[in-house]
Amino acid sequence: MSATPFLVLSAILFTIGSVGVLTRRNAIVVFMCVELMLNASNLALVTFARVHGNLDGQVAAFFVMVVAAAEVVVGLAIIMTIFRTRRSASVDDASLLKY
Amino acid sequence: MITFWILAILMVPAALGILFSRKAVHSALMLAVVMICLAILYALQDAPFLFTVQIIVYTGAILMLFLFVVMLVGVDASDSVVETIKGQRTMAIVAGLLFGVLLVLGVGQVSTGLVTGLAKANAGGNVPALAQLLFSRYVFAFESTSALLITAAIGAMVLAHRERLTPRPTQAQLAAGRMRDYAESGKHPGPLPAPGVFARHNAVDTPALLPDGTPAEQSVSRVLVARGTVRSAPALADDIDELTSQMGDDTAPGPRGPIDGDPSEHDTNHRSDRGRNEQA
Repeated sequence: MSATPFLVLSAILFTIGSVGVLTRRNAIVVFMCVELMLNASNLALVTFARVHGNLDGQVAAFFVMVVAAAEVVVGLAIIMTIFRTRRSASVDDASLLKY
Repeated sequence: MITFWILAILMVPAALGILFSRKAVHSALMLAVVMICLAILYALQDAPFLFTVQIIVYTGAILMLFLFVVMLVGVDASDSVVETIKGQRTMAIVAGLLFGVLLVLGVGQVSTGLVTGLAKANAGGNVPALAQLLFSRYVFAFESTSALLITAAIGAMVLAHRERLTPRPTQAQLAAGRMRDYAESGKHPGPLPAPGVFARHNAVDTPALLPDGTPAEQSVSRVLVARGTVRSAPALADDIDELTSQMGDDTAPGPRGPIDGDPSEHDTNHRSDRGRNEQA
């Protein structure tokens, strides 16, 4: 099983995620796209672990998962707080720091 | 390798679906598809522990959290199409495409050498081998993960907690407030009107008709209006007219007569009803 198709798939998923972060306005969907990017990098890590024949890549992917879980919890709580005060989940509406 | 191609063909459209779907719930479900496919890819690449963790943590915990927040934030929180920065969307798509082409070409041309495979590293089982690494070389990172998780839990609690700044209103105060609203803005103090009941539709998505034939806005839920799944009441009334005309003139009119008929002709029934009610 060659490693290149896995890496190309990972690159495609990462690109889709980054385009989503740049184009979507809904904060929740932006967050989902960030998760997609993290998952794509996890796929690359697992693939490289197989290429090199040691488990360091899998450990790194495991740590990425842990950090992603913590990040999602805090991020979604922030989205909820913003939604509660401004009744909107759009990333364009939260621009108070600009003024 | 066949598994990989099937999953890849499944995953890329699902990932594009996250990008293009209008509703956040659909995006979340597409993300679930991508994550489960990724879990199978991990299993394919000799990572059974990560396969389990991916299923439990990502599809089990994180996606549930996403769905909960989507439901709390509400289905009517749809994306706005207004661009704050001019041309940002097109520029982002062009930049994304260029980035993708660059990445795919770059990664595709790199020779990764001979694939060693994990047969030797996984010899004593994948989980014991991972544990060996986690508790020896990565033990400091593993320990600091606990600090991260504690911080995340406390942060979520602090952010989600809401202090009650004013005392909870009593029922008497609520009633007084409703009457004040009625006096000031004419807002009806009673319950909202029920949805319409027609010959062929009586579901909650059918607005009731006011005496002048216009639909009563308040008789259907705000959420249904936001979803755009409300039936139009005048169309239903047209249905009734159409049916009446199809039945022909020889059919006897219902107990209350044709819809557009002069109410005074059929008023006798109601008047006697009303009299009975007053006597009771």
